[in-house]
Amino acid sequence: MWLLIPFRWINRRRHCFTVSKVCVQQLHSSSTEFTNIHYDGLYPGHIPTTAVQKALLSIGSGVAALQNPYRHDMVAVLGETTGHLALIKLRDRMRNDPEGYAVLTERPRIRLSTLDLTKMASLPDGSFGREYLRFLEDNDVTPDSRADVKFVDNEELAYVMQRYREVHDLLHTLLGMPTNMLGEVAVKWFEAAQTGLPMCALGAVLGPLRLNASRLQSLFTSLGPWALQSGRRARCVLSIFYERRWEQSLEDLQRELNIEPPPIIPKAKKKT
Amino acid sequence: MAASVRLLVRQAIRLSHRNITVTATGVSARPPCRCFSESAEERSTHFGFETVPEAEKAKRVYKVFENVAQKYDIMNDAMSLGIHRLWKDMLLHAMHPQPGARLLDVAGGTGDISFRFLEYVRSQRERQQRRAVRFGQTLSWQDISNSYSTIETDGPRESTAVVCDINKEMLKVGKEKAESLGITAGLSWVVGDAEELPFDDDQFDIYTIAFGIRNVTHIDQALQEALRVLKPGGRFMCLEFSKVTNPLLARLYDAYSFQMIPVLGEVIAGDWKSYQYLVESIRKFPSQEEFKSMIEDAGFYCVQYYNFTGGVVALHSGFKL
Repeated sequence: MWLLIPFRWINRRRHCFTVSKVCVQQLHSSSTEFTNIHYDGLYPGHIPTTAVQKALLSIGSGVAALQNPYRHDMVAVLGETTGHLALIKLRDRMRNDPEGYAVLTERPRIRLSTLDLTKMASLPDGSFGREYLRFLEDNDVTPDSRADVKFVDNEELAYVMQRYREVHDLLHTLLGMPTNMLGEVAVKWFEAAQTGLPMCALGAVLGPLRLNASRLQSLFTSLGPWALQSGRRARCVLSIFYERRWEQSLEDLQRELNIEPPPIIPKAKKKT
Repeated sequence: MAASVRLLVRQAIRLSHRNITVTATGVSARPPCRCFSESAEERSTHFGFETVPEAEKAKRVYKVFENVAQKYDIMNDAMSLGIHRLWKDMLLHAMHPQPGARLLDVAGGTGDISFRFLEYVRSQRERQQRRAVRFGQTLSWQDISNSYSTIETDGPRESTAVVCDINKEMLKVGKEKAESLGITAGLSWVVGDAEELPFDDDQFDIYTIAFGIRNVTHIDQALQEALRVLKPGGRFMCLEFSKVTNPLLARLYDAYSFQMIPVLGEVIAGDWKSYQYLVESIRKFPSQEEFKSMIEDAGFYCVQYYNFTGGVVALHSGFKL
């Protein structure tokens, strides 16, 4: 299969040499013709891959992520290489929703440089922005730690994937879940029901294996069913333009999204 | 020192060559895009399948090895399924160093060749001593005169290995490895550029460069430096990925290189692009015969090459006479 993006920039103003930004990909060919020039691709950070490479990547990253769950980059790669169909469905859902369509066209990004932290800190308690900031501080996380998408071969789907990653923290705030293992598994169950991404499903199935008995019990009896139900009933969480809703009250937002408050809140103490 | 003067003279000759070529092209055809052309560094070279200015290649190669240094050995084992150890053992076997030899291991990075070298000469020395004990009855006149001298029986000179690499991260990893293996005697670590070695002329008995020369921007300069620092009679040995001759094996090798190796790089080291560069740079390296003529052009004699694993790796050897 040929993916040929024609020669775009011939004269870069600063340099005399010509750098061809061609992205050519061949699947079955001899060594002299196989070229895989990967800089630039379809979006910054894009690495074009063949089907074989994607298959190998998904297996390898799955194994690596299972062995060492702290390798977030491997979880990310697993999500990208296995999520093609789910991403298409998500993108279509977003397109059919007016606010989601706005998100797709305007492409907002959630990172420290785009957030006005002082303004968010001055918002009243109970507002979405203030609670999100509180969540970031309590759990000592930053929105900038999300890896960039590399292996999705469609620019729009890559944005959907990136948006899903950046919305994950907001989901924690919306669901009221901390970042300990139980909270993460609950959010994963919600996401699996919502998005249908295979990586979420895998995380939802394998995550509970690391929980102790009492937490497993609370997961299966109350937290889990609540997460699944909310996930199925809620509006598509990627379709919300969160950046315009910082002032909105958290409860109001939850009602709008059809998310019920959690039955129990796992202790926010970080458990390794 | 005469060495540095000679170096300066050679550099001046090289620079003047470059200026001549640039002015020649300037006279014949004006390039369509006008840019600051004061620097003579407009020559471009390959960085994998990319084309980059020569000045940039060294920097990018440095970045690549800085990124991969921590996982370098693990990745070597994973990518070659452990076969790289056999290749390096075969290099040592072909080298057959004797006690007292001085080795310069350029682009030696994590020290694999130097460790093997020291181990080899150590076992050679032990073998010599055992032989001396066994044939203790029939001493030669030399042995008898040696036993009269009061010098310790450790021989006139210890073998030393100098690991030289341009990348400090790789040397750091190598030093840590040496400490964990308990190898300290006879080993030194030097930061240096293969195109401009920080050593005097006629210093070393053996010069090795294993899987490093394809990353050098000017291979001919590296070969000339090798000739300079070797003693007369010294041996140049280069282990490098080369062209596979068998067409079936070549197709399998290409498929494996381009499909599997970057994936391994991403999964194990979290770095796809460095390993993409690795497999592309292998394709850009000259073939066995071409490299052999390059070595001969530099002034080496009795240049030979041996193919390992069907040509995946080739060992080139030449002598300074």
